[in-house]
Order: sequence, then structure tokens, then C-alpha cells
Amino acid sequence: MSTVATPRQQFARDLLPSDEPLQLIAPSGEAAPGAHLPPDDVLIDLYRRMVVGRRFDAQATALTKQGRLAVYPSSRGQEACEVGAVAALQPRDWLFPTYRDCVAIVSRGVDPVETLSLLRGDWHLGYDPYAHHVAPQCTPLATNTLHAVGVAHAARLKGEDTVALVLLGDGGTSEGDTHEALNFAGVWKAPVVFLVQNNGYAISVPMSKQNAAPSLAHKGIGYGVASMLIDGNDPAMVYAAVQSAVAAARAGEGPTLIEARTYRIEAHTNADDASRYRDQDEVLQWLARDPIDRLERHLTARGLLDASARDHVAVEAEAAASSLRERMNADPKLDPAELFEHVYAEPTPALRRQAATLSRELAQ
Amino acid sequence: MARALNQALADALADDERVLVFGEDVGPLGGVFRITDGLAARFGESRVFDTPLAEAGIVGTAIGMAMNGLRPVVEMQFDAFAYPAFEQITSHLAKLRNRTRGRIELPVVIRIPYGGGIGGVEHHSDSSEAYFVHTAGLRVVTPGTPADAYDLLRAAIDCPDPVIFFEPKRRYWAKDSAPLTTGTPVDRAVVRRPGADVTLIAYGPMVATALEAAGEADVDVEVIDLRSLAPFDDATVCESVRRTGRAVVVHEAPGFLGYGAEVAARVTEQCFHYLHAPVARVTGFDIPYPPPMLEEHHLPSVDRILDAIERLQWDDTVEFPDE
Repeated sequence: MSTVATPRQQFARDLLPSDEPLQLIAPSGEAAPGAHLPPDDVLIDLYRRMVVGRRFDAQATALTKQGRLAVYPSSRGQEACEVGAVAALQPRDWLFPTYRDCVAIVSRGVDPVETLSLLRGDWHLGYDPYAHHVAPQCTPLATNTLHAVGVAHAARLKGEDTVALVLLGDGGTSEGDTHEALNFAGVWKAPVVFLVQNNGYAISVPMSKQNAAPSLAHKGIGYGVASMLIDGNDPAMVYAAVQSAVAAARAGEGPTLIEARTYRIEAHTNADDASRYRDQDEVLQWLARDPIDRLERHLTARGLLDASARDHVAVEAEAAASSLRERMNADPKLDPAELFEHVYAEPTPALRRQAATLSRELAQ
Repeated sequence: MARALNQALADALADDERVLVFGEDVGPLGGVFRITDGLAARFGESRVFDTPLAEAGIVGTAIGMAMNGLRPVVEMQFDAFAYPAFEQITSHLAKLRNRTRGRIELPVVIRIPYGGGIGGVEHHSDSSEAYFVHTAGLRVVTPGTPADAYDLLRAAIDCPDPVIFFEPKRRYWAKDSAPLTTGTPVDRAVVRRPGADVTLIAYGPMVATALEAAGEADVDVEVIDLRSLAPFDDATVCESVRRTGRAVVVHEAPGFLGYGAEVAARVTEQCFHYLHAPVARVTGFDIPYPPPMLEEHHLPSVDRILDAIERLQWDDTVEFPDE
């Protein structure tokens, strides 16, 4: 189902991807002999960030049950993509996440409470996009692929070596905007990386109803965009692939399309019932390919992670979750007057009148 | 007017190196209406360039470029060809400022040649302004005269908000002797012809038609050129209607839920006690835009405007028979 990445496959910029997803570390934790693994400190950091990310994800799901979040789309099982991709970026690079990428956003350093504003519902976005170069989470599918191409192309026009990484899902590749974005990126040689987290389902619709190409990565050749098909549950492979694509983009070699094969362990959101469209057996098979277990086995076998280090990471994850829980238990500050403030640079006379009307209503 | 728009783009490109012009055929060709003629040669391919043929792509990448500090001015080749970009415009361009509490500012101008009257075949003559004025976060403007085309486009490019800039393509060849200056606020209507008896409210391609009708009318007609469709300049319009007591609004687009419906409602709400007659609308019919050989029947004409003015209950003495 996966194939060990040769150095040539790992670093070549081919228009056609490999037939099978490339892998550096097998689910058993074993690395292929001669594999070009990321440095040890990177692997340890990936492990730490995945554990913290998964704990955050579980806490966010729990917050929906307590009524503190309106909805939460879990990315459990996709941590290798969420964390591996973000870890390969520089601070000046841009991340364009979707609604399922809260773990990636938090891993980028955005405050977890600010990250959850959209899903709590106190505002459409809680964080400053320029503080960490993280674009607003995109709810319409794949529209942000074009924004990423625009940011990347503008960077080139301005003589900056910034790269944009855009996350999208298997369903998002069916959208017209994905086609346009890949085409624009190819024509402009824009420094942008498209990471498709193929988690098997667009809510309930499986890949078989989404795509007729040999893989989603095969679509790159149609746009002249270098493509890779990788094991999306192998954090080392995701990191290596994104890092190599980012480096190529930064060097002026143009965009890359990466399809990472992964799996959404939870339902689409807390409000979805996945048993209506998939078997539990399938979920169990993917649990056996868990990205955190895989890296833990690998690091442990190599003596890079012991029980004490694992505990240390677990404590960090628990502390972060506990802090999140506590902060989310406080009611958010809401200001109805703000509804009118940011529609235009200056509120129009009509908006000022409407704001005054609401203010009078609230005073009564 | 085409030359005024070209001059506005050239001056904006010269004044601010963050300004970019891109779209379909706007490079060496200079646009199908030649609005960008000579700009690519003068400012280079990194400032004025052709894109792949994809309108959502043009607007979507413009959003990204504006996020990264540039000021894109993009062209949709024709009104109906802007529809593929509708999601990018309504869900992102219009909303990102609000979504981000003002942190992301998108000073993007989308130029759309619009309206009929040039013998265009299907999909080349729509008046699509109502779709955009309904979207909070967008400014929607349209010039009625060549001089104002320059003034308004410069103001639109300087504006920190996204602006949909509708160009009345049947007036591209219009000429006037007014000098090209800047300074009229982007959100202000102007009185093009003062008058005392009735306020004729028009915009874009209908400003010239309204002025012609005013010249032929038996009563003293004031003509207002709205310029800004969103936001609507209540103050200028209502001041006029309160003075004249009568109002007619004119546009090419179909009347049903068209821009005139909003104008009539606002004028009625704000000027009711000054009105001597209901606000009248002269609009296109509620039909898909006609084929070129039939479009003259659809477009509001001087005669239709004069008829509407005549019907404004000029005789205030109402007789009640047998009372």
C-alpha cells in the first residue's frame, strides 16, 4: 500500500507522482534502510507537537459536549499532516488552513482560544492573520487555494522569498477553484505548496465518487505542477515532502502538489454520524497505522524517546488542554456594536444609524 | 470615457507602485475595449499582465495579492463573465475585513464593463449591479460621464475597501470637455442638472439618457447622478426630492427587485410628507437581456422617461363626483 521513498523520489521534482504513497517510516516504526530521515531533533519535535495537537483536538471535541463550542471538525488521525506540514514552514511563510486544521494552526503558535473563535461563534476569526502568517480558516472549500497563490505571487513581485502552504481535502480537489489555483500557480511558477489531506471522505462521500484519476496527485501533471503522493500518516515523510517542496518554491522552482493519504478517525464533526457511511473495520485498520504510535515506536527503538520523555510530553499536552478548558469556560466578551465596525474601513451613514438603533434596543 | 479610464489607470500605476492591473487580454492587446491600451508597454509585465482565462482565479488571486500589500485593479471582460467570480467576491472579498476585525484590508478594484446598447450578443449586456449592492462590505460605483470616470476610478483605487467599478460600456465612446480631476468623494451623488419640479435619479449609462429627457421635458427636471450605488447617498437624493416633491428612478436592469426598488423605498421612507406622487421607476423589462436586434425595446428611452414624468399626478386637484 506504501512504498519506501528512494532519495531520488524524495527530492526529484517530477510531474507524475509515484504509483504508491511514499514512506520513510513504516507503521511498525521501522525506517527503511538508507532512508533520508529528518534530523532527530525534528522527529522528536514532531512527536511532541502531534501529542499536544491530539490532546487539543480531544479537548475541543469535549467542549462541544459542554456547549462551549458550536461545532468541531476533528482531525484526529491526521496529526502527521497537521504538524508535519507546519513544522516545515519558516515564520515568514504563510499557512492557509481549512476548518479542519485547528491543530495545524495551534501548532503554528496561534493561541488555542483565539483559534476556536470561529467554532465557538463569538466572531468569525479570533486571531490576527499577520501575527503568525496564518490566513483565516476557510469554510467554503478550496477558495483559499487562490488566495494562497495570490499571496505567493505577490511575494515574488515584491522580491520576497516567502512561500504559501495551502491545506485542502480530497473533496476540495473537485472544486473549480482548485483547478484554477493549480493552473495559475503553474503558469506563474508561484511559490506555493498544495497539501491535499486525502482522508478518504468528503463528509460521507468516499474517494470513489470524487475522482477518476489514478490519484489526486496525478492531477498536477495537467497543470505542469510537480506532484508527490505520500503516506500522510508518516510524520517524517510529510515533513520531508513539504520541506522539500517549500525549499523548491523558495528557490524559484515553482509550485508542488502533494497528496497525503490519511484517514479521518472521527466523524466529519461532532454532529455527524459516520456509522451511516463507513464500517468500523475500516476505522480499526487505520488506527493500526496511527501516526503518533508510529513515530513513538520509531523514536523509542532508536533510543530517542524514553518513558520519562513521553511522560514529559504527556504532561505538557495535559497542561495545555487544562488551560484551554479553563479559558473556554469563561464566557466570551461580546460587543454587539462591533457588528457594524468592520464592514467598511469607516462605517457608512446607514450603518451608523443601524448601530444606533441596536444600541437603543439594548438600552431598553 | 475609455480614454479617461485609461488615464486614471496610468496615473494610479505611476503614483503608487503597489497598484497592479491584470485580467484577460489587458496586457499587449490593451483590453477588448482598449481601456488598458499601452499600460503593459509603459509599466512592464510585472505591473500590467494577462492571466489565465478564469474569473474566480483572477479575483481569488487578487485577494491574496491584496493580503500581501498590493492594490490589484482587475478587469472582468464583460458583465456576465464576472459571475464565475461571484463566490470569491461575495464570500471573501466582501467579508474578509469583517471576518478579521479589520486586520485584513482588501483594496481591490474589480472593473466590470456592463449594460447594453452596443449590439452585443447574449451574455455581453447584463446590468448585474443588484447582485453586488446586496452584499455588505462591497462598494459599488459607476460613472456616468467621462470626467467622472477618471475621478471615480482614481477614488476607487485609493479606497481601502473593495470596489466593484461598473463601466457603462455604451458610454465608452462618450466625450466631454470637462478636465480630468480628482476630489469628489467616492460615496457621493452629484446633481448633474439642477431643477425645481421633479428629481430624475439615474446612474451609469442612464445618466446621459436622463439628461436628454430633462432637456426635452415640459417641467423643470433635476438630474441626480448617483455614482455610488453602495453605499447610497441618502442625503443628496432626499434633499432634492424634498425640494421637488416628485421622483423618477431610471435603470437598464430589470425592475423587479432592481436597484430602483431600493431607491423608491428609501425615498418614500424619508420623504413621504414631501411627495406629491409615488416614486416612479423606468427600468428594463423583467426578461433575460434581449438579442441585439430587439434590445432597443428593452432599454429605457427618453420617451419612456418623459411618459413617467407626465404620470406624476401633476394635477393636484382631485375631484370626488357626487359628493
